[in-house]
Amino acid sequence: MANNNYYDPSDLRKFGKITEWSEELGTKFFDYYGKVFEEGALTAREKALIALAVAHTEQCPYCIDAYTKDTLQRGVTKEQMMEAIHVGAAIKSGATLVHGTMMMNKVNKLEM
Amino acid sequence: MTKVKTQSLHKREDELANANRQLEILSNGIFQSGELPTFAKKIKETNQFPLRPKKLEILQINVGYMCNQVCEHCHVDAGPDRKEIMTVETMKQCLDVIKNTGAHTLDLTGGAPEMNPNFRWFVEEASKAGIKDFIVRSNLTIIRANKKYYDLPDFFKKHNVHVVSSMPHWTRGKTDKQRGEGVFDQSIKALQELNARGYGMPNSELKLDLVYNPNGAYLPGDQAAMEKDFKKALKEDFDIQFHNLFAITNLPIARFLDYLIASENYEDYMYQLVEAYNPSAVANVMCTNTISISWDGWLYDCDFNQMLGLKVASKVQHIKDYNEAILNDRNILISQHCYGCTAGAGSSCQGTVAE
Ligand code: SF4
Ligand code: SF4
Repeated sequence: MANNNYYDPSDLRKFGKITEWSEELGTKFFDYYGKVFEEGALTAREKALIALAVAHTEQCPYCIDAYTKDTLQRGVTKEQMMEAIHVGAAIKSGATLVHGTMMMNKVNKLEM
Repeated sequence: MTKVKTQSLHKREDELANANRQLEILSNGIFQSGELPTFAKKIKETNQFPLRPKKLEILQINVGYMCNQVCEHCHVDAGPDRKEIMTVETMKQCLDVIKNTGAHTLDLTGGAPEMNPNFRWFVEEASKAGIKDFIVRSNLTIIRANKKYYDLPDFFKKHNVHVVSSMPHWTRGKTDKQRGEGVFDQSIKALQELNARGYGMPNSELKLDLVYNPNGAYLPGDQAAMEKDFKKALKEDFDIQFHNLFAITNLPIARFLDYLIASENYEDYMYQLVEAYNPSAVANVMCTNTISISWDGWLYDCDFNQMLGLKVASKVQHIKDYNEAILNDRNILISQHCYGCTAGAGSSCQGTVAE
């Protein structure tokens, strides 16, 4: 163990190495991953923007690093990037708040 | 983010104005320690070392480093303060070569080539040689910079010049950040004028291509996808049309190297380049079919090597002794900046190179 941090930017470069300790599963994962991001019914750029939003809701520093660069490469503007993140944030907060109905149901049931 | 500079590295007497210092940086650090493989080592893996020229197709002549802009990423370190300008005498030597060359493309670059006081005379004379494709790399804003340049679109048309111009993005913000305040609006106006002369229109013989390079420490996206985006946006927003978009990777030399180091992106950028290394792009890198001639007549493998002061490794090193057969029998000089030509689909002055 060379570093004293849980997250180190240079670890992102080592991502491919996960295959070394489980070749079959690692290879399957990367094949799947690569396929997912190919141009399909969605363009590669649309997929990159979705990935950027999800990277933020997952709060994964590696993914944020990677997909910020990836969207820049695809010519996405910072306004578009920020809007994508807001979509993620809106769903996150909406998902929190919509559970309020559970709380309300429970209160209504418990209270006389 | 770095502050926009208004002077060349040369004018500022920055240590990076020194080509040897740049070559040192490119050979030291992560490449010296073996953390990343040198370009030579990398191309040895596929038996492509030493890099050798194929048939000569392009003569690229740099008529001077003076430019009306001071773009942050400029590999020439060009600007209004650069005084290196090709003389008529050297131009005459170039014309002798142009008349006898086997190359099918003549490519004039700079700086802003139009700022050379003998630019027009040179274009007129050179166009008489009947070269198939005659390119002028125009930064667009020069056409709008001063009254004396307003007629350039007509001049280009008269000599059937193929115009290749830089446009880093289809939005004002990104363009001005890389190339300077107001560059976007002036470029749009220049493109509209070129369109009005027939340049870039569908099926028009008057070729207008755009060059895109990223404005930051990242690689260009897929050329075809970028072209689609540029075409759509420029047509919808400004009714502008053009033929092809070339996506070019920024090479880590001169002002772009300065930017990478100052913004602490250098190592990460070199990692990106090495990780994106594509062995199949090596066979078609620009130096394999191009000779680059500097304002003072020296010969180089490419415009990048010119800026790094790496003259061709040949008995013939100057335009006055030009001999295509001897020149073609040489090894190309390489360093780690060459990774910029082999990243992803590859990159040259004509864009993507891998099939
Ligand atoms: S990139 Fe082109 S337009 Fe910009 S300063 Fe350099 S030569 Fe001039
Ligand atoms: S930088 Fe020049 S010498 Fe190096 S690969 Fe590119 S074109 Fe060839």
